[in-house]
Amino acid sequence: MLYYLAKRLLLMIPLLIGITIITFGVIHLAPGEPVEMQVAMNPKVSAEARERLRKFYELDKPLHIQYGKWVGRLVRLDFGRSFAPDGRPVIEKIRERLPVTISLNMIVLILEFALAIPIGVMAATHRDGPLDRWATVFVFLGFATPLFWLSLILMYLFGVKLGVLPISGLHSLGYEAHGIWWQAVDLAKHLVIPISVATFGSLAGLSRYMRTGMIEVLGQDYITTARAKGLSERVVIYRHALRNALLPAITILGLSVPGLIGGSVIFESIFAIPGMGKLFMDGVMARDYPLVMGVLVIGAVLTLIGNLLADLAYAVADPRIRHGRERAL
Amino acid sequence: MSRCRLVCLVALLFVLVACHEGEQPVAPGPRLPGVPAYGDSIVVGSIGEPSTLLPLLASDSASRDVAGEIYNGLVRYDRNLKLEGDLAERWEISRDGLIITFHLRRGVKWHDGQPFTSRDVLYTYRVTIDPRTPTAYAENFKQVKRAEAPDPYTFMVTYAKPFAPALESWGVEILPAHLLEGKDITRSELARRPVGTGPYCFKEWVAGQKLVLESNHDYYEGRPYIDRYVYRIIPDTATMYMELKSGGLDMMGLTPVQYQRQTTTKEFLSRFNKYRYPASAYTYLGYNLRHPLFSDRRVRQALTSAINKDEILQGVQFGMGQVAHGPYKPGTWPYNPNVKDFSYNPDRARALLAEAGWRDRNSDGILVKDGKSFSFTILTNQGNDERLKTALIIQQRLKAVGIEVKIRTIEWASFLKNFIDKGDFQAVILGWTIGQDPDLYDVWHSSKTGPRELNFVGYKNAEMDRLIEKGRGTFDLEERRRCYYRIQEILAEDQPYTFLYVPDALPVVSARFRGIKPAPAGIMYNFIKWYVPKGEQLY
Repeated sequence: MLYYLAKRLLLMIPLLIGITIITFGVIHLAPGEPVEMQVAMNPKVSAEARERLRKFYELDKPLHIQYGKWVGRLVRLDFGRSFAPDGRPVIEKIRERLPVTISLNMIVLILEFALAIPIGVMAATHRDGPLDRWATVFVFLGFATPLFWLSLILMYLFGVKLGVLPISGLHSLGYEAHGIWWQAVDLAKHLVIPISVATFGSLAGLSRYMRTGMIEVLGQDYITTARAKGLSERVVIYRHALRNALLPAITILGLSVPGLIGGSVIFESIFAIPGMGKLFMDGVMARDYPLVMGVLVIGAVLTLIGNLLADLAYAVADPRIRHGRERAL
Repeated sequence: MSRCRLVCLVALLFVLVACHEGEQPVAPGPRLPGVPAYGDSIVVGSIGEPSTLLPLLASDSASRDVAGEIYNGLVRYDRNLKLEGDLAERWEISRDGLIITFHLRRGVKWHDGQPFTSRDVLYTYRVTIDPRTPTAYAENFKQVKRAEAPDPYTFMVTYAKPFAPALESWGVEILPAHLLEGKDITRSELARRPVGTGPYCFKEWVAGQKLVLESNHDYYEGRPYIDRYVYRIIPDTATMYMELKSGGLDMMGLTPVQYQRQTTTKEFLSRFNKYRYPASAYTYLGYNLRHPLFSDRRVRQALTSAINKDEILQGVQFGMGQVAHGPYKPGTWPYNPNVKDFSYNPDRARALLAEAGWRDRNSDGILVKDGKSFSFTILTNQGNDERLKTALIIQQRLKAVGIEVKIRTIEWASFLKNFIDKGDFQAVILGWTIGQDPDLYDVWHSSKTGPRELNFVGYKNAEMDRLIEKGRGTFDLEERRRCYYRIQEILAEDQPYTFLYVPDALPVVSARFRGIKPAPAGIMYNFIKWYVPKGEQLY
């Protein structure tokens, strides 16, 4: 097992290098340079000023040298400085945004699992019944509804019409003056709509996996056996069937890890939540190479780790895989 | 049961949204002016976050907006868009127009208490032209031959030749030398915690959320009435509008449709005041003059005659703006009110095209000349709905005179790199901001037609060049005006662009703010005189 882990970790290194080379190349392929995006069509900017800016960002050097310098900094865990006019370290910009995005995504992920699993199980146990159909309609409604539209409607309803919830942002103005309890309630109020909408939109995938998995498991012989020996339906479903049906959920959980640092641009824009999605999008639009690369590298590392974790969890949960692998080694 | 409830809830949602504007009218009525009082905050919405508060390094409007409250220049534009002294009490221009002497205001203090002197001005000049400073704004200062500070309250600049936009260029934000001199400006923490001389001091910046400024009690023009200026970052305009309606914002810019259709209830008008004045920008249809289709002036005149600008203004801006005939803002001193270009007249358009040899030879409705049909593509940048609508309206009108128009929208970066920079386009719909100084050198002078330069349509006219040079080479306002009047006549005749419209700026401000006096410069010029009467203060 340890050998397997070490091998997987070592294999990540060339993979990561490959990922950085490709992303670095692709980003530079996109037309327009950071300088161009800042000064294009501005009458006050001369050709000389452009050159000055290009030189400052070292864009006048060949691409492989730029890449070399970037990697050189990266191995020292230095993500470089942003090409935006503020020129702040990329890591600082990411650190500013990351907590908000991760916390929000965690809450949504927890809610997603807490709701989607019961929905899936319920749909499977009431297969083809009205409950199953309504659950299907409900989760697909969430999947198919444009979330920005739903968000705007809810904001209008609760924020403008009823005036019970704030519309956007994370805090009310002047919240610093209040006590911690008041601040917590204030924050919760701001998050009700975004979290509900995001959760609603995320239920479909997992609940369908759960439903299918559960239906498959319920058809297995050992379930029939369990029923035959007179176990209550409750025990059959939650003790025997659910454990096995949860396997795909573990994979999904593992694959959700990189998603934790990613945010939706539209979502963050609508709710004025300063998260990673907006940061990344603005970085791409401004061709802020160090920032874009920084976010992508972190995302790539997390994806690799997430895959590894999923595999490991799978092995822990499913003895067939665990033993199969040990035999293979 | 729960099923039923869900259905009801969804239905209710639709009903509530459908009866959108059914607000109960609250007794409106003009609010009394009240007594000026200190206190309260103004919360302003912005779709963008400032990038840096060292304005020298910034090129985005959000940074400039905020920096404008924190810093001062030597000169500024007054309510009528005339230059007046700011940190400079007054200035003299030598008879030959080569030397400008600024007499600086005494007793002005930086927010940290240090006195403001000519050393700060000299530093700002030096750091701007320093080749290591990554600024986009060195160009105007490059014209300076010598800059000197003979004493703490005098600053002198010498130019190689008279340069009229020079005076305006000293409106740039003056930076504090005592905090920056000898340091690397690109790493300065002043970018996030600025120190200026302006009416508002920096208080806090919560990344991605808001910026808070506090009034400067020692401001040289007196303490501003409003204590705090909160700049909230809300990237989505629909959200911003809802924030405004729910009271989370005090001020934002409206879109024409919001101004005309969604903010007309008594309830809204009792809580907010709407303002309307021409924005400093125009939208145009530019022709690639190197392209054989557009090299004939009669063709361009015909195109303008075939386009109904009023219809575009109505359709795209809900009438919130004015038809443009040239590159200046109506009502400003360089604007020539006598110049009217080709009004909408399809018959004239057809006649001009026929004169130029374009005829419908195979009766398919499309004009043909030398075996080629008159068909071209209008390019515009993706994401700008107004420009796309403008293109659609133009497409219909040109079809009526026998010209086929295709429309393509392209992402901005690729639009510039693959089409504009290479000169590989036929016509574009774009916009320019109208500078306060009327100098047109960069956009219309024949020397600016190179790659990446702004005369990308390739307009060359010797008389125009002469007038542009003359206009920027004298400080005599009357003489400049004569140059720019003539320039507008030439442009109206040559039609290198079809000038389409000047949109209106449509700010809306909470009715509790008093003392707002709209002027040609807009409403923000006297912001420090805005106030909220004691009884109505919110924050």
